[in-house]
Amino acid sequence: MSVIYLLISISIVVAAVFLYIFIRAVKSGQFDDDYTPSVRILFDDELKKNSNKSEQIRTQIEKQN
Amino acid sequence: MYQVNEQIFMNAQNCFHCGNDIVVADEIIFDEKSFCCAGCKTVYEIFSLNDLTCYYDFENAPGATPQDIKGKYDFLDNEDIVSKLLDFQEDSTHIVSLYIPHIHCSSCIWILENLHKLQKGIAASQVNFHEKKVRITYNPNETNLKDIVLMMSSIGYEPYISLENYENKKKAVDRSLYYKIGVAFFCFGNIMLLSFPEYFEVGEFWIEQYKGFFRWLIFALSLPAFFYSAWGYYVSAWKSIKSRMLNIDIPIALGIVVMFVRSTVDIAFGYGQGFFDSMCGLIFFMLLGKLFQQKTYNFLSFERDYKSYFPIAVTKINADGSEEAIQVYDVKKGNRLLIRNQELIPVDGILISEKTSLDYSFVTGEAEAIEKKSGDKIFAGGKQLGREVEMEVLHSVSQSYLTQLWSNDVFQKRVDQKYKTITDTISRYFTPALLGLAVVSFGYWIFIDVTTAFNVFTAILIVACPCALALTAPFTLGNVLRIVGSRKFYLKNATVIEQLAKVDTIVFDKTGTITTNKKTSITYEGTALTDAELKLLKNTLRGSNHPLSRRLYDYIPNQEKSDTTHFEEIIGKGIFAEIDGNTIKIGSSQFLQHMSENTHKKTKVHIEINGVYKGSYVFNNQYREGLEQLFENLSKNYNLVVLSGDNDGERKILEKMLPQNTTLVFNQKPEQKLAYIENLQKEGKNVMMIGDGLNDAGALAQSNIGISISENVNVFSPACDGILDASQFSKIGFFMKYSKNAMKTIMMSFGLSLLYNVVGLSFAVSGNLSPIVAAIIMPLSTVTIVSFVTIMSNFFARK
Repeated sequence: MSVIYLLISISIVVAAVFLYIFIRAVKSGQFDDDYTPSVRILFDDELKKNSNKSEQIRTQIEKQN
Repeated sequence: MYQVNEQIFMNAQNCFHCGNDIVVADEIIFDEKSFCCAGCKTVYEIFSLNDLTCYYDFENAPGATPQDIKGKYDFLDNEDIVSKLLDFQEDSTHIVSLYIPHIHCSSCIWILENLHKLQKGIAASQVNFHEKKVRITYNPNETNLKDIVLMMSSIGYEPYISLENYENKKKAVDRSLYYKIGVAFFCFGNIMLLSFPEYFEVGEFWIEQYKGFFRWLIFALSLPAFFYSAWGYYVSAWKSIKSRMLNIDIPIALGIVVMFVRSTVDIAFGYGQGFFDSMCGLIFFMLLGKLFQQKTYNFLSFERDYKSYFPIAVTKINADGSEEAIQVYDVKKGNRLLIRNQELIPVDGILISEKTSLDYSFVTGEAEAIEKKSGDKIFAGGKQLGREVEMEVLHSVSQSYLTQLWSNDVFQKRVDQKYKTITDTISRYFTPALLGLAVVSFGYWIFIDVTTAFNVFTAILIVACPCALALTAPFTLGNVLRIVGSRKFYLKNATVIEQLAKVDTIVFDKTGTITTNKKTSITYEGTALTDAELKLLKNTLRGSNHPLSRRLYDYIPNQEKSDTTHFEEIIGKGIFAEIDGNTIKIGSSQFLQHMSENTHKKTKVHIEINGVYKGSYVFNNQYREGLEQLFENLSKNYNLVVLSGDNDGERKILEKMLPQNTTLVFNQKPEQKLAYIENLQKEGKNVMMIGDGLNDAGALAQSNIGISISENVNVFSPACDGILDASQFSKIGFFMKYSKNAMKTIMMSFGLSLLYNVVGLSFAVSGNLSPIVAAIIMPLSTVTIVSFVTIMSNFFARK
């Protein structure tokens, strides 16, 4: 048994795995919206914690009322 | 640093939240930032309190001023209506998709995906930017849809909920083309790699030993592409044979099948390696062309009817005076309804409240509001302006005048209408010629060598498989679709371009199409009038019924009444009147014998008091910019018609302004407009209708191409083949010419691909087509065709 059989079957299997992943990605709707994710990835994970600022605003609002 | 400076500079004049100009008197300064109104400031407060001021970092002044929505969403208390709106419903999870017209920048995405920070109970929210939709998952035990909608409205992201949402037919997304392309590419790539060794074959021992394995593996890999990816072509070819219309899919399907059979035979009998790589490549490229042609504008809808404009629920007043939100379809004759400011009248009825103004621009395109008094009949489709009013229902929704327009046949039959595309026209000649050539060559070779005869016969069908031909139109039209789309002319699909090139008659609606919807302004030029003079003027005008007099009368502020001692109106010229011993002359410059340039571009009313010329009121041109130029250019190549629902008061102006051969038709009801177009078509004309309001809907559907003009493409436009942004009105000429050039490009490219076919055929006829030749010619022709049409269509767009 030559090694060529083994190598070619591996290469086909790898390609088939990629095909499967592609089809799954399409099915889950990943290609339906091609813009929003590109923006979303640029957002920071956590919000800027700026508690004293919001505290400041709160007092300002209270002062007004 | 630069950015910070810029921001401070911006804030000096524009609202920090919404970016509108700030009226100094209303300016509110809060947290060292300027706001144009309390609404904008409140939104800022909400964001600040929740640590969401990042909103302002992505984009300058991204917000919208929240509107007053008191009571508007009371119908969301009604469980039945809510459950119709939900995508998904379970005890602890509800999912709803809301359309939000304001979505326009990255800040919008950010804030809408952080909704859970503003309202407890929202688990997640996800934005689809192109569709302007946000999908919200929430827990109904902790919050409800009404609270969410109110919260979103309070931060300037008011969702748009219409009757269309109620029907909520979920369209299954068809992604099969993607799967087919994926499979075809998988097969194509692997087969190509496995074919390589034999292409470079030099009779080596290694190749000889493994040939069988490689060939059968290739055969196995080609099966998914042949049976799954290409299936659509067999179906289409079969259908076209059955309907006796030779379309391009017949030679394609024939080519693919012959390729497959011949290659299988080749492998089975050990003649060669077959054409599997070419076959899969061809399938892949053609599917790619199909995908490219599918340019869709998710945020636009070309199939809209009144439902996307009508409210989902209205407020009913019960006998005991209590208010209740009911579904629009449940409104019955005799019901009393409460219509708030800016709400739409959903059904025909009688006004009970004292008076109201209705804006029928959505129906007629006419922007001026119409006054209605108690007891007047009011029709569905008008937008109520002013204080809330009560009305009594005369007809239910389905029986109202406006909705009945939709039962006209044209709205149904449209779907089945199928145009013969240019590719199909060509293939009517191509297919018989190809088959003829194959048979003749077969007949010639069979007397010399039977095996060669079969080889030649199949080779011709393989090499002539009109891959390049079939790719030409999709790639050209797909590209053109994108180019005109970037210039704010949005077309429904690629066949519209072909239709556009065939048009010979263009019909324009008047109001809202060649005129703008903005109310015309009146300005005064000349020596300023004193109060006494204004009083004289107003009293003179009261007696006249001329449209210009009426408008001028409304324009001049209220004055004390006094009677005219003498009044004379000379039709088409002006008015002569005497009041308290003063003589007043109002009218055209000829009438006043005052010589001034009286161009038709501007409508002027001249004033003379006591023999002294004072000046003139100028009615600013309400026609769209570039109208005359456009008509002049178009009139060289097209029959032009202006079809108006109004009376012929403006006939004179239009006649002067537009080229001589323009047909002007006035007093057309929606049905008459439709019939007019139908008549033109019976005369063999290819009609393009350009309109805007619902009153054009029938004509738009009847015409070969209906283009709807829209000041704001996100709001309502009737069902049509294309939507043109109003700012691009003067470019219609360019688009028409461009569509013709696109067809020219396609013809040139057809020539080019036929050239390839001739080269390939010369190999085939002489019996020399080897797999490697096919494998080279096929991709080469594809690449040249695709680059040729892309370059050409971009080149024509530059002009």
